Amino acid sequence: MRYLKSREAILALAIVVLLGVIASRFPGFVRPSNLARVFTDTAPLILLALGQMAVILTKCIDLSVAANLAFCGMVAALMNGAGVPLPLILLAVIGLGASLGAINGLLVWRLGIPSIVVTLGTMTIYRGTIFLMTGGAWINAHQMTSGFKAFPRHVLAGLPIMAWIAIAAIALVALLMTRTALGRAFYAVGGNPHAAIYAGISVGRSQFAAFVLAGALAGLTGYLWVARYAVAYVDIAGGFELDVVAACVIGGIAIAGGAGTVAGAVMGALFLGIIKNALPVVGISPFWQMAISGSAILIAIAFNATSQRIPGRIILKQAGHRT
Amino acid sequence: MSILRKVLTTAAMASALMAGTAHAEEMRIALVVKALGIGFFEAANKGAEEAAKELGDVKIIYTGPTDTTAEGQIEVINSLIAQKVDAIAVSANDTDALVPTLKKAMDRGITVISWDSGVAPEGRQMHLNPSSSPLIGNMIIKLAADNLPDGGEVAVLSATSTSTNQNTWIEEMKKVEGNYPKVKVVGTVYGDDLADKSYREAQGLMQTYPDLKAIIAPTSVGIVAAAQAVTDAGKVGAVNVTGLGLPSEMAGHVKSGASKSFAIWNPIDLGYSATMAAYHLAKGDAKAEPGAKISIGRMGDITLDDNNEAAMADPFVYDESNIDEFSSIF
Repeated sequence: MRYLKSREAILALAIVVLLGVIASRFPGFVRPSNLARVFTDTAPLILLALGQMAVILTKCIDLSVAANLAFCGMVAALMNGAGVPLPLILLAVIGLGASLGAINGLLVWRLGIPSIVVTLGTMTIYRGTIFLMTGGAWINAHQMTSGFKAFPRHVLAGLPIMAWIAIAAIALVALLMTRTALGRAFYAVGGNPHAAIYAGISVGRSQFAAFVLAGALAGLTGYLWVARYAVAYVDIAGGFELDVVAACVIGGIAIAGGAGTVAGAVMGALFLGIIKNALPVVGISPFWQMAISGSAILIAIAFNATSQRIPGRIILKQAGHRT
Repeated sequence: MSILRKVLTTAAMASALMAGTAHAEEMRIALVVKALGIGFFEAANKGAEEAAKELGDVKIIYTGPTDTTAEGQIEVINSLIAQKVDAIAVSANDTDALVPTLKKAMDRGITVISWDSGVAPEGRQMHLNPSSSPLIGNMIIKLAADNLPDGGEVAVLSATSTSTNQNTWIEEMKKVEGNYPKVKVVGTVYGDDLADKSYREAQGLMQTYPDLKAIIAPTSVGIVAAAQAVTDAGKVGAVNVTGLGLPSEMAGHVKSGASKSFAIWNPIDLGYSATMAAYHLAKGDAKAEPGAKISIGRMGDITLDDNNEAAMADPFVYDESNIDEFSSIF
């Protein structure tokens, strides 16, 4: 009974119900091969949501993840054009993403600027830098090597590499969150910063680490994104940061920090991913699609808000009746 | 006072001399582009040179600012006025900002037309559009039909549900749908000009309509994403992706076979036609007024509408045979 009350269980139930509703209109959607495709398609959202979760846990928010993704994706495409081998590109984008995240983290940590302002600024800077690098030009399919494009698509034991990368990231971040001092520090810093300081945990340093993690994951996703869609330009993944935050919120990551799980973030991302993939096939007017996605987010948040609310304690029950 | 007079007489003499020599031999037509160093406009210049060679007595001055600003173009046009060229054909960086300068040019007897990107009607004698919405609407369904001898289901992948251009083109396409009886348009979806959403919508189309034979994407982001989705689904050859795109962005997908052909205006033809139109107006054998017919050489005739605008031709079709040549241009 207690298990059924947990947010993750409810979300899992919601996903099953959602799949059931979709299957009633388009049975092909729940075929295992299609579900694997949906999971692969949702992999970038999952990767970014994992990083965003760490950031949100520490009472921060990172709006620059999509711009970071686009930046690293473009760098990956440019490096590929210059003949750099793929393993080096992978290391480079992870490193570059981490350093872009570190810029956010340092500004939040050292200068104490609110993270929403910092990342709003860096988001624009990163996008602008892509334009400076390329002059607004696109890098297209025929300008990328086939190995560069094929890697995320390569099927291993039934799933593309892209899906395996997401699974590996889920496992690693889950390990980090539950089994390491840093992971517990994320929760401590967001749950009660003052207590965290008394316990000897540096709030700023933990936030910095969270931004670096989010940046590294965004950098890796940048390569995957560009290789998958076989095109790189300034506006790729435009507005994707909002999907990422939405996935976290749906997954029950408390926007005030300190509460949330990896399972929640992953399921939040999957929930959004399923809706995004299902809407085109169930034959709903495109004019309704945005409204439906928005309502799903609002319902999830409303649900979270009510379940999180701590009822106030009435200490003077008779006060109103006194004369 | 005397100094001023001296300067004025010198200037007048100089311009009279220059004008005298230039007019006697050839007509000078200035092709003013949005910025130098852009492949699209270099190609337009190629077309203009071709027209000049055909006409014989024409010299093309290909010029423009180094960045795409209206101020830069105003400077360039001012210097062209000082050089007393015979005609200016401009692709404008701003609809209104160039008007006063171009008016000045017309006051001095210079023929002014705009092409590609237009100038407000009071700042030019005519405007040459690369194509028109009915022509584009017809072309996109024709491209799908041409590769479907047996007919079949086709679907449209557009940009956003509110974008004016795409909606007009799709509307025009639906008007002529009856001319292609074998082709059945089964639906329109919107990729919002986002690579990932367009990709997903294209995948959705292939799932919803298993017999789908073609996807028409009249948007450069959509056509690339749809081609990639078709490739990833292993349906190259079964589903043809067509619509409007840029050769440099589509080259890979044409070679892989995901897209047999697509269309966009041809910059060479556009430069050629703009030069031809400017020549005839400057020469005086055509007048820029509503309903007027102007011959544009190998491209045929154009007819001006109530706004003194004209459409050049059908969008140009790119396929395996010419993609290499054009993908390096734009």
